[in-house]
Amino acid sequence: MIKVENIKKSFDDIAVLKGISATFEKGKTNLIIGQSGSGKTVFLKCLLGLFNIDSGKIFFENKRLKEMSLADRLVLRQEMGMVFQGSALFDSMNVEENIMFPLGMFTSKKNSEIRDRANIVIKRVNLINANEKYPDEISGGMKKRVAIARAIVMNPKFLFCDEPNSGLDPKTAILIDNLIQEITEEYQITTVINTHDMNSVMEIGQKIVFLRNGLKEWEGSKEDIFSTENEAVTNFVYSSDLFKKVREVYLKK
Amino acid sequence: MKILSHIGRYFLMIQQTFGKFTKWKMLKQLILKDIDVLVIGSLGIVAFISFFVGGVVSIQTALNLENPLLPKNLIGFATRQSVILEFAPTFISIIMAGKVGSYITSSIGTMRVTEQIDALEVMGINTYNYLIFPKIVALSLYPLVISFSMFLGVFGGYIACVYGGFSSSADFIEGIQMDFIPFHVGYAFIKTAFFSFILATIPSYHGYYMNGGALDVGKASTVSFVWTSVAIILLNYLITQLLLT
Repeated sequence: MIKVENIKKSFDDIAVLKGISATFEKGKTNLIIGQSGSGKTVFLKCLLGLFNIDSGKIFFENKRLKEMSLADRLVLRQEMGMVFQGSALFDSMNVEENIMFPLGMFTSKKNSEIRDRANIVIKRVNLINANEKYPDEISGGMKKRVAIARAIVMNPKFLFCDEPNSGLDPKTAILIDNLIQEITEEYQITTVINTHDMNSVMEIGQKIVFLRNGLKEWEGSKEDIFSTENEAVTNFVYSSDLFKKVREVYLKK
Repeated sequence: MKILSHIGRYFLMIQQTFGKFTKWKMLKQLILKDIDVLVIGSLGIVAFISFFVGGVVSIQTALNLENPLLPKNLIGFATRQSVILEFAPTFISIIMAGKVGSYITSSIGTMRVTEQIDALEVMGINTYNYLIFPKIVALSLYPLVISFSMFLGVFGGYIACVYGGFSSSADFIEGIQMDFIPFHVGYAFIKTAFFSFILATIPSYHGYYMNGGALDVGKASTVSFVWTSVAIILLNYLITQLLLT
């Protein structure tokens, strides 16, 4: 579980996060949604420790991040997996090497054991015949699968995904969303996903936090989002006619 | 003030580079890869330039020795002095600032814009050490490249001089042995050692701290080349002043 209390972050006197509190539960897909510029990416980077927060508290499994020793923070980092928007695969390594990388770096396992573990994960994310391929030789969907495999190869307790299905066709995007949800439930990971894809919200939004102008405007589940009266949320989520109709049908039911 | 902030950040980067070390098993692979790309991969261009510039230095010297009273062995002497003191350590380092420096800036810069550095940081890796330290170690072999350049520069001068009909082989060889001061070679290698550190770190700095997209990677490479060259020229002046005067 991850808990944040009143976190604030500014850049050059411009307040990006103005005091956000939220709880992200274990074994659930927690989605952070909001318009571009609402502070989603900064919020995620604060959770990851890539940005230092100005004030507030972040707790991982009830341990406050700021009070952790350097050694504890390093352990925590190894318990985190991250899927970046552009996948962030290492260009100089093939698919298998990319996935083996964290194991080689942080465990004292033999090469054969590392390869075996990597191949278990490769199978789990349904990557077929791609071990020897380099990132520029595979499709966007496959890159995401490799990024997910690399993120979960160390059995993380926390999984962070920044726009995991951006640039993917709708079918592949749904496959990736479902894969993340399955993995979250199977390994009981606390998963936090940054997205502005409404299909993802409807598909895997077990918990949704809506950010607006650096503040938490609303939170709930994908079921709640149909019935919410919050104007900012409805304007954002139901900005397309299709989703408006979907909502009408749902409410009639 | 901005330049002071850059200098401060550069030295902090150096400090972090020697901070928490990456696992040796991984670091060894990175060092070997960087030796291959940065050192061995530069030998071809260094050989080509050294050989021909050595030849040109020798021809220019020969053409300027109009007085028949001046001994022909001066061609070999002048070629040796020019190549060992300045051409090989400084001129080749400026060329390397373009070749090796641009490679370092663009490779680290691309990792920055494609979030690969963020991915390493999220894993808890000291990215300064992981990315920059192997380059410093690899370029510690750079004096070998310069000794190769010295040899080929003088050899190019010999070929151009003897086969161009400017002096005899014996005169040229006598010239390159005349008044030889071993410390001059030491001075050249001391300069080279400093230049190798600059070649590894200034381009890394520009790559590591770059912002933006693909176009900015190109801009960062250009800026990196300019500042690496400026640093080499200034350091060259300083070391020469300290060691030779």
